[in-house]
Parts: sequence; structure tokens; C-alpha cells
Amino acid sequence: MRRPRWRSRALAAGVVAAALVGLAGCGAGPAGPPTLNWYINPDDGGQAEIAARCTTAAAGKYRIAVSQLPRQSAEQRQQLVRRLAANDTSIDIMSLDPPYIPEFAEAGFLAPVPDDVAQRTTTGVVNSAIEGASWRGRLVTVPMWANTQLLWYRKSMVAGTGLDMSKPVTWDQVIAAAQSKNKQVAAQGIRAESLTVWLNALVESGGGQIVTNPSPDDPKGVQLGLDSPAATKAAEIMKATAPVAGPGFSTASEDENSEAFQGGDAMFSPIWPFIWGKVKSAVEDGSVPASVPADYGWALYPRTDASQPSKPPYGGINLGVGAFSANPELAYEATECITSTENQAYYFVSNGNPAAKEAVYKDPEVLEEFPMAPVIEQSLQQAAPRPQTAYYSEVSESIQRIYHPTGGIDPATVGPAAAALIKAVLAKEKLL
Amino acid sequence: MSTTTVRTEETAAPAPGPKKGRMSDRSKAEQKLGWMLAGPAFVVMLLVTAYPILQAVYYSLFDYRLTDPAKRSFVGLNNYLVILTDEIWWTSFGVTAFITIVTVAVELVLGFALALVMVKALKAIRPILRAAILIPYAVITVVSAFAWQYAFSLDSGFVNSWFDWIPGVTAETDWFGGTFSSLFVICLAEIWKTTPFISLLLLAGLAQVPEVLQEAAKVDGASWWQRMSKVTIPNMKAAIMVALLFRTLDAFRVFDSVFVMTAGANSTETLSFLAYRQTISRVEIGLGSAVSVMLFISVVLICVLFIKGFKVDLSAQRGEK
Repeated sequence: MRRPRWRSRALAAGVVAAALVGLAGCGAGPAGPPTLNWYINPDDGGQAEIAARCTTAAAGKYRIAVSQLPRQSAEQRQQLVRRLAANDTSIDIMSLDPPYIPEFAEAGFLAPVPDDVAQRTTTGVVNSAIEGASWRGRLVTVPMWANTQLLWYRKSMVAGTGLDMSKPVTWDQVIAAAQSKNKQVAAQGIRAESLTVWLNALVESGGGQIVTNPSPDDPKGVQLGLDSPAATKAAEIMKATAPVAGPGFSTASEDENSEAFQGGDAMFSPIWPFIWGKVKSAVEDGSVPASVPADYGWALYPRTDASQPSKPPYGGINLGVGAFSANPELAYEATECITSTENQAYYFVSNGNPAAKEAVYKDPEVLEEFPMAPVIEQSLQQAAPRPQTAYYSEVSESIQRIYHPTGGIDPATVGPAAAALIKAVLAKEKLL
Repeated sequence: MSTTTVRTEETAAPAPGPKKGRMSDRSKAEQKLGWMLAGPAFVVMLLVTAYPILQAVYYSLFDYRLTDPAKRSFVGLNNYLVILTDEIWWTSFGVTAFITIVTVAVELVLGFALALVMVKALKAIRPILRAAILIPYAVITVVSAFAWQYAFSLDSGFVNSWFDWIPGVTAETDWFGGTFSSLFVICLAEIWKTTPFISLLLLAGLAQVPEVLQEAAKVDGASWWQRMSKVTIPNMKAAIMVALLFRTLDAFRVFDSVFVMTAGANSTETLSFLAYRQTISRVEIGLGSAVSVMLFISVVLICVLFIKGFKVDLSAQRGEK
């Protein structure tokens, strides 16, 4: 049946009118203050709460909306790199894992930090956090929270081994003590980025460096220190740890290790402070006896060389402002709110993520919740960042390939082999 | 229809006169209609398939890092040279071939057995049986990979405690700590997941074997095995080829299980995973594209080898020749 012509015309006019109205709606944009998109790493809701607090504090100047990135830091990097390579203007603020900051800075993905913001956001901040937030001698991101690994131990198990945990201990002593009690040292032996974290801390603690010259303008010029005595000693420690690290060592990540430590299989674990919040939650839900947290002890990261202080792993999150953001000034204003002392203290207490600002470690509420806070602060002051290079992914993945499984490495040859692979990969002569 | 086709060929071949190639108005209209109907799909297919392939081929000729586009430079076939002279490529190729051969072989035998069960099952339970057999195939591959990983892992797994009566399996067996034990679990997960697919294709092939041939063989006194090897399987040649080809191509691109279970550790990296890491993780678009093109060429070669090897002409099977 044919439709009357006038009806067809009316229908067409209606469709066009509706489309125009729709387009007009798109062009006008949402009413109200500009929205700043903050791409966050998954947490226990702390960053979303801080976003809400800063939105309130902005009093209508801007609004912060959060978008969640994947769980693994390497996957967070991948998503952000893909978006930023396509000049994504929706990224105003991003929570960045420190080792990827040089790459982002070199690629021009980060809006420059204004000098006054740099000055205000680094005042009273621990050394390692400032170092990790910088590249080529300039601050390129804003430190938010700073993480570090402590040596966690079970007091009841260490008793009787002759180890005095109030004094600095070495890896050799830790391994020997665990062996004497037939207990585990829960280290991260999985082929993942955590393996690089471990190796870097061992090498730095021995006075060496994995990357001695990052050569940002020419990847072929990157210099490595993996054939140094410190690197050889680091490999010896990794190999010696394998026999006391439990049956699943080659696949053990931080999650498995925190379980092994909480369950009492491990006597020691060099790991991030999240395990403290985890055991307290386990007590609350009744899956762990209330006596377990009291058995947790903490000390500075073990020394590689007995004669020099350890350089524990440094982690955490810094805030970058997207180079393609429509509102970089507002975004930097928002980062100052996000990283305020009050918000960092809130984040520490509520989510268990240590602060970058020294003042937070004097907060009574923080000290009550985290009695190990002074040790964390000391650890952060002497922590060393992972190799700072725009090619961190290549360096890290090469290390993972050559050093895994750590039980099977030859300490004398593994370092030079990894260095050769990294050099060849950066010269585009080999796959990875 | 087949008669019509033959007649057209016969008349066209010996009489190459002025009328050769001429089409009637009706044929022209039909051809035009055909293009109008298939044209949009053809264009879409070109856009979603051919364009990315050609772009990957183009990028594979460059040294191109996503985070450093300013330094992009033409390197010709150098990326291919790097790949073919690298032991990582050949190790990944070997692992991929191993997974493909083992899983497809086991799936073919298991799938055929399941298809026979489905054919012979009582009519009343046939739908239930088919649904039960198909369930694993309905599970998303990455979900299946996680399930198998959890089952075999040291902390959450039950396999070690259930099967500790098997020599070599103890409470401390770390399945993902070695190459072959990891590959064993990966193959097991793949077999569990895709055997239903192969059995479904073989079931369709079984249903097409003429019953009269089976009856005739029975009358001639052929045993079960003789009927199977002389009647059933030869008549299912096309179905077997399609099932094997589809599964081989699928298995050769294995990614999810490796990604979830080992992330390529202990030399369990496959070609798809290698391409993923160069392109996505390392953001080396040039090198990654070259690996992807090599993978594509491998898949095309498998197709050609299967079709030539089986000597099956699918157009003949459709009755067009």
C-alpha cells in the first residue's frame, strides 16, 4: 500500500528536525563546570572518594570524574599509550606507575608542570618520590603516593634463629634463617614486572645500577651495568632464594606471597605494605586468628652487601596531566587538591597506600593504623627507583626472559646475557 | 541445477563464435542484482579484512614505534629478516605447531567418538546429550583458561589433591613451573573447549553418509571396522577436512590460554602471543606487524596444504561438477 506523499514528507521533515535538535544538543555540550577525567588504577575506592572531595572543594570551578584502568600496571600503560598516541583529549589526569613516566615524557604525552605547581607539590615530599616523578632533571608528574617494600617477618618463627631483626640484616642471613627452620622466603619469582623490581633492588643495594646511562636520544647508546660485581651478587641471591621460596616460586606473585606469609608457610617476605591491611581484613572476616597480625614484624629491606645500606624498591603512583587535555591548568589545580596532605593521609589510612609527603607519617591516626609507618618513611627516603629509561618495558621484559626461572640461572653469565639481549632489542636486531 | 551448468559449459566450449561471452538481458539483470545484493557486504568485507591486512603489510616495512612516530623510517624487509633469524620466532613456531598437532589429533579422535555416540544415542536422550557435549564450547575461551588455571594452580587448585595417586603428582607439583607440564595443561584446556566443535562438524558429516551404503556393506558381511574404514570415513572426507582445517587454523592462533596460564613463561609462547607482545606491549608497530603478517602467511599455507593434501573439491561435493 502506498503511503500518501504528504505523510512521507512530514516523516522526513520530522527525522531531519530530530537530527538537527540532536546535533544542536551535541554542540552545546553539557551545562555546568568543566569535567576533568581522571584515569585511575584500581584501588579500594580511595581515589574516587578523593575525586569527590576535590569536586566539592572546587566549589563549581571543575568536576572530577574517575575512569578505571586495568589492574596490572603494564596493562594500564598499554591503554594510556594507545589513547594518548591517538591524541585522546579525554585524558585530563592519569595515575601513572613511576617506571613508565620517562616513556610518557619522551613521547610528549605529558603537559609541562608549571613551576609554581612543581614547587608546591614537592615541598616536604620523600626523595624517592621526587626522583620517580622526574625525567631529564625536571618534574614531569606530581607525586601522589609512594610505595616501598619492607622485609616482613613472623616474629615467632625468627625467634631462636639468632637473627636480630632490630639491626640491618642481609639476604644471606635471611635465607640461612629460613633454611634453619625449614620455612620459606616469599619472594616474587614469577616472570612478571615484579621480578625486575626485585633484581633492581638487589643490584642497587649492592651499589650497582641496571641502567648506567639511559641515553634518551639514542636507544642504541643505552649503557647497562648487568656485568658488575653488584649484579653478579644479585643473581647469586636470586638463585640461593629459589630452594627456600616454596614449590610455586617460579609462578609466585605478590598475591601468592602475601597468602604464604599470612598462612605461616613463609618466615620472611620482602613485599609492599598492602599485606598489613590484608591481614587485618582477614582477622575482621574471621578467616585468620586475631593473634596473627601481632606476629607480623617489619624491618628495612635486606642488604645485599653487609657494609652498605639497602636501597629498597620504590613504587606508588604519580599524577600526570594529559598533553591533549582541554583544561591543563585546571587539571594541575586539581592535582594539588588530590595530593594535599589531608588527602594523602586519608588515602594511607583508608586504602593502605603510603603517602609521598613526610608530614603524613607524623599523623596520629596514620601511626595508630600503621605502626610501621616510620619504617616505611625511612625506607622511602633510601629507596631507589627502577631503571629510569624511556625503554623500561624493553629492559624489564628482557630481564624477565633471561632471569626466569631464577632457580636455573648461572649468576656468572645471566647478567651479560640479559645486557646483550637488551642492547640487541633496543637496536631492533632481536625480538623480545 | 547441475545439468544446467554442464550444458552451459558444453555449449560454450566448442562454439567460440561471435556469441561467446554474450549475455542475455535477463542474465545481465540477474548479474546486476547479484552485485547490488552482494556489493555492500563485499565492500564491508574489504574494509574490515583487506584494509587492516594491507595496512599491516605496509607498516611491516617500517621501523615504527608508537611512542616515537617522528623517528619512523623505511627499512624494507629488514623486520622479516630479524624475525626469521631470531630463535624466539622459531621457538614460538615450534610451541604453536606442538599445541596445534597435539590438540587437533586428540580432538579428532575424541570428536569422532562423541559424534558416533550422538548418532547412535536414543532419540529421547539425543537433545540432552548434544546440549551436554556442546556446553564447553559455549564457555568463553578466556573464562575456560582461567578455570583450568585455577584448577591446576598450587594455591587454589584441586588437581594435585585429587590426582596424587598418579605417579609424579604430589601436593607440591607446580604445573606452570615447567615447559611441558604447562603445555600439557594448555593443551588439555584447548581440547576440553573445542572438541565439541569438531564433533558437531563430524556429526554433520556422519549424517550425510547414505544409509543404503551401510546396509549394502552389512549385507555383504562387512565388520564394524570395515564399514567404518571403507564406507563411513571415505564418505565423510569433506566433513573431516573442513573440521580439521577449521580447528587447525583455530589452534594455530592459540592465545587466550597461554596469556592467562603462563604469559609465555617457560618457553610456552605462541606466535599470536609473540605478535601481541611486539605490537601491544612493546608498541613496536613495524616489528609487530611483520610478525602478524608472518602468522597470516602461515595460516594461508596451512589452508593450501590442507586443500591440496586432502584432494577434496568442495564444489564437487556441492554437486556443481
